[in-house]
Amino acid sequence: MQNSNGFNNYLRQQKRNKYTVILIQTLILLGSIVLWEVLARLGMINTFLVSSPSAIFTLFMKYLQDGSIFTHVGISVWETVLGFVIGTTLGILIAILLWLSETLAKIADPFLVVLNALPKTALAPILIVWVGPGIKGIIVIAITISLVTTILSAYNYFINVEEDKIKMLKSFGATKYQILTKLILPSNIGNIINITKINIGLSWVGVIVGEFLVSRYGIGYLIVYGGQVFRLDLVMMGVVVLAICAMLMYQMVNLIEKWYNAKNNSSKL
Amino acid sequence: MQPIIELIDVSKSFYTNEGEIVVLKNLNLTLEKGKVLGILGPSGSGKSTILNILTNLLKPTSGELIVNGKIGYMFQKDNLLEWRTIKDNIMIGLEIQKKITTEAVEKIDRLLKVYDLWDFRNRFPRELSGGMRQRVALIRTLATDPDILLLDEPFSALDYQTRLIVSDDIYKIIKQENKDAILVSHDISEIIAMSDTIAVLSKRPATIKNTYQIELTVDGERTPLTSRNAPEFKNYFDKLWKELEIYAK
Ligand SMILES: Nc1ncnc2c1ncn2[C@@H]1O[C@H](COP(=O)(O)OP(=O)(O)OP(=O)(O)O)[C@@H](O)[C@H]1O
Ligand SMILES: [Mg+2]
Repeated sequence: MQNSNGFNNYLRQQKRNKYTVILIQTLILLGSIVLWEVLARLGMINTFLVSSPSAIFTLFMKYLQDGSIFTHVGISVWETVLGFVIGTTLGILIAILLWLSETLAKIADPFLVVLNALPKTALAPILIVWVGPGIKGIIVIAITISLVTTILSAYNYFINVEEDKIKMLKSFGATKYQILTKLILPSNIGNIINITKINIGLSWVGVIVGEFLVSRYGIGYLIVYGGQVFRLDLVMMGVVVLAICAMLMYQMVNLIEKWYNAKNNSSKL
Repeated sequence: MQPIIELIDVSKSFYTNEGEIVVLKNLNLTLEKGKVLGILGPSGSGKSTILNILTNLLKPTSGELIVNGKIGYMFQKDNLLEWRTIKDNIMIGLEIQKKITTEAVEKIDRLLKVYDLWDFRNRFPRELSGGMRQRVALIRTLATDPDILLLDEPFSALDYQTRLIVSDDIYKIIKQENKDAILVSHDISEIIAMSDTIAVLSKRPATIKNTYQIELTVDGERTPLTSRNAPEFKNYFDKLWKELEIYAK
């Protein structure tokens, strides 16, 4: 199909706007790094407190060469993935149970609300004592942080599915299980993806807190160790690596979401 | 005449924390074979409640219910599932009843072709107009092969023009597929155009206030559109208008 001139101009304009935004973002990022480095070299900021990009990079290369960065990143990523996968799955399963039984939902309600209001990181030391230090304890902390909000928000999505659609299925004689699998779950896939996105962030919080408390490995360990021995370049490197890992994981879910939307938006012709 | 559906002295109350609402009181209603029964009543009088009782979505508080045949329910909203294609939407009833057979699928294909939806079978609901969606909803109901159709204001979500065309379409489908039907509406001309008998409900608690046999002189085949041109149409309209007018005050 031939696009009109006006439409082509519109598309071009859109593209130009997008590139301008990306360009400015890159400039801000690079500018800050360069400024940081220059100020550090001129001695205008205290490198003991804030380190410098080059020092962080050198340290990173060292960790890369002896391969230890892979151990730390690998362990943290593994803990985070297990944390949010288990937290999300378990949370949704419990939300399904609550949806199946209104009585159960009513009974659980006040407990869930209180648990939700409680800052879960406060439970971390207790969990470590109960479950034991090491990966297991850290994963349990990560799960605990995302579990209750997952239950509450998934349950909330489930009960808000249109009553009329449920009635339509019931008019064909649908069982509660059929209503679940044919209506409640498929209509909430987008919401479940959103919950997963939020849980990735929460799971990282749990893992870093857990590693602060007990671990000998992991990004959280690098950060807390660096802090203890006043190696700010190590702390900064930990934070940067953490940011990159979190972003990559988030982007992965974004890709899954895009793929899902694309699959659903194209007619099967 | 052989009754297909009979409600005998049916009453229904809802119990809520605010108190008891008596919605239906000693209601008597009959649907005869091959006929369309219209139920006309003011808003909130209990029309949907009657249909919900017939489909076992609700239990009557007292009274007797005779249903000779399988019921299909068509709602005011099309309730199509956005993530399913048109054909998959139509299959949902059979899926739930675990009755997907080659014959059933062939029947759906035939309905899709006859009612001009074949080319859209692999599209998604959002790609269809309101009138087409409503036809899909009807075919979804027909797919499970009901004998009796319950239509709860199935056109009220459509604009006026579409509404006339779709009600004509759906009336023809009902007749061609040999179904009996109960049509609920508060649109007076729509209900005259489509029904053989009209039962007028009183305000809550609803009983049958009056029943009208609709006999129209039309050229050729009776359809909702030709019915609207019948000489008797205006007469019925005025009578029914007076029945409802009492509630407007
Ligand atoms: N589950 C329920 N609990 C309590 N009251 C209800 C319930 N369902 C319906 N009612 C009440 O019963 C009355 C009749 O409802 P119904 O939906 O049958 O009316 P209707 O004639 O279909 O109205 P409309 O023309 O608006 O569709 C209404 O006043 C409604 O508030
Ligand atoms: Mg109603």
